[in-house]
Amino acid sequence: MPTIIKLKNINKTYYNGAPLHVLKGIDLEINKGEFVSIMGASGSGKSTLLNILGILDNYDTGEYHLDNVLIKNLSETRSAYFRNKLIGFIFQSFNLISFKNAMENVALPLYYQKTGRKTRNRIALEYLDKLGLKEWAHHMPSELSGGQKQRVAIARALISKPQIILADEPTGALDSKTSAEVLDVLKKVNETGMTMIIVTHESGVANQTNKIIRLKDGIIESIEDNSEHNFSSFGAQNIK
Amino acid sequence: MISLLHEILNTIRRNKMRTFLTGFAVAWGIFMLIVLLGSGNGLKNGFTSNFGDRLMNVVQVSSWRTNIPYAGFQSGRRVYLDDRDVKLTSDEFDRYINFVIGNVNLGSKNISNGAEYLSSSMSGVSPNRIIVDGSKIEQGNGRFINDLDIREKRKVIVISQRAKEILFKNETAIGKNVNVSGIIYTVVGVYYMENRQDVTTSYIPISTAQIIYNRGINLSNFAFTLNENIYDKETSAEFMNNYRKRIAQVHQVAPEDENAIWYWNRFENYLEMANISKYINIAVWIIGIFTLLSGIVGVSNIMLITVRERTREFGIRKSIGASPWSILKLVIVESIFITTIFGYIGLVCGVGITEFAAQFFTPSAGRDSFNAFLNPTVDINVAVQATLLLIIAGTVAGFFPALKAVKIKTIEALNNK
Repeated sequence: MPTIIKLKNINKTYYNGAPLHVLKGIDLEINKGEFVSIMGASGSGKSTLLNILGILDNYDTGEYHLDNVLIKNLSETRSAYFRNKLIGFIFQSFNLISFKNAMENVALPLYYQKTGRKTRNRIALEYLDKLGLKEWAHHMPSELSGGQKQRVAIARALISKPQIILADEPTGALDSKTSAEVLDVLKKVNETGMTMIIVTHESGVANQTNKIIRLKDGIIESIEDNSEHNFSSFGAQNIK
Repeated sequence: MISLLHEILNTIRRNKMRTFLTGFAVAWGIFMLIVLLGSGNGLKNGFTSNFGDRLMNVVQVSSWRTNIPYAGFQSGRRVYLDDRDVKLTSDEFDRYINFVIGNVNLGSKNISNGAEYLSSSMSGVSPNRIIVDGSKIEQGNGRFINDLDIREKRKVIVISQRAKEILFKNETAIGKNVNVSGIIYTVVGVYYMENRQDVTTSYIPISTAQIIYNRGINLSNFAFTLNENIYDKETSAEFMNNYRKRIAQVHQVAPEDENAIWYWNRFENYLEMANISKYINIAVWIIGIFTLLSGIVGVSNIMLITVRERTREFGIRKSIGASPWSILKLVIVESIFITTIFGYIGLVCGVGITEFAAQFFTPSAGRDSFNAFLNPTVDINVAVQATLLLIIAGTVAGFFPALKAVKIKTIEALNNK
């Protein structure tokens, strides 16, 4: 499988008062179609790493190639373009626009691809149908349950046919039963060949993925193969 | 663009309260401004209407008895103005004067046409009288007294519209005869005065009046119009001073004797009124500008809050591919859209109410009636300009907070609660 994400010695420091060196030289390669989780305690730098992968934040030194494009010092407009084309986001807090119904929320990425309204609403309905939410298409986010909201967000992430999907604690705001359902959906999406990266601190969630990257104090502590899904929180199968 | 409008309409539809508040601030600002400017204009129009269409640069000269003993004469002597004063004025003061008109007041006369009659004041006048009074004669209603009438001392008469209605009803009056206390005159014209429908004064040639009513060369009074060499209080006062001395010398009265020869300078009056109306104008505009400013501040405030409230939404939009410019466009076009529509509503309401009010402030009748408030309407151009200004202000007010919101990093905007 070709490499889709290539990180070379990524460093990131925040300057809010005292300088905070968050990422201290991250080297990482992720292949197309992989199902990866990034784990780590809070403050380990996992969110920063995800933001850099998602072109939501920039890094200080190093190189980040996404789909063979060097992502560095891009203008806001360029970043927005790549986010729209290459990346689908799933957030812990869903981040749906409250005054748009489910269908309009799903269709929004296509609006920024200048797709006509009728076409994008039709495609949005198709995706909602795939996620079993067709009857909820015209409901506002406030009328949906947490699980339904997250499935709407997944549909929105998928609609632009991105290269990778980045999920930041996708089950963080859901109960265990709904979490399992949402993870199931993510797994199915991965089985269609979509590269999926999940940031989580729940070992149960990480165990569903095929590879676990553990982050500690801004460096990669271990990368574990988890294709057997018998992950233990002690990190038994260290392959590095 | 259509897609953008759809997106904005959707936003507006789903955020009715916010839209209404922004819109209300705009509509109210424009509405108040128009009502205010309209009221100011009403006050100003009321003032100026009291001049009617009469010429503003007129000086009237009339005479009575002396009050002050002078040059060996005792006080109480009657002073008579006559044709020689008119000639002297136009000969010696032509540098400052356009024309001079004499006037012979004939008092109240009975004018009749068969069984119909009315009692009206009558004057012998010169052709230029119509200019000084600002009277008008409509096409088909004949003419005013002319030079030939004066020269040939014709027995012709010009009557008012009101007199014509009484004497001739719906028939035409031109060419018909009227009987004025036993003397027959031919009607040659029917005049009217704007805002003074009940005027009935009739005019005959001044030469005819002097002969028939035995006035010799005497005049009741005369008037002249000042030309462009008299343009302010100072030039007017200087001229009047010289003129007063000259006329006083001719009639051998004390120059300061106001009872002997009395001057009424309408131009000075006019200057004072023009001043008042200028100050009303300034006051109205100052209040108007502050009203507009408060509207602008209102709109700015709402836009500021709106943009702040939408920071997270902008973050979401950016995370799924909205460029900064597209977000800026979203805010600005929405702002223009709302301010334009509600500005227009305010404009229509404001103009509507001023036009409605204008119906209740019609000019009052009567020759010397006073209008305090008249036609309180606003020039539509001013109204449109004010609306445009508010639209621009609303846009600018939305632009800077939006620019700030757009510059916030996407990730920070997303975490904005």
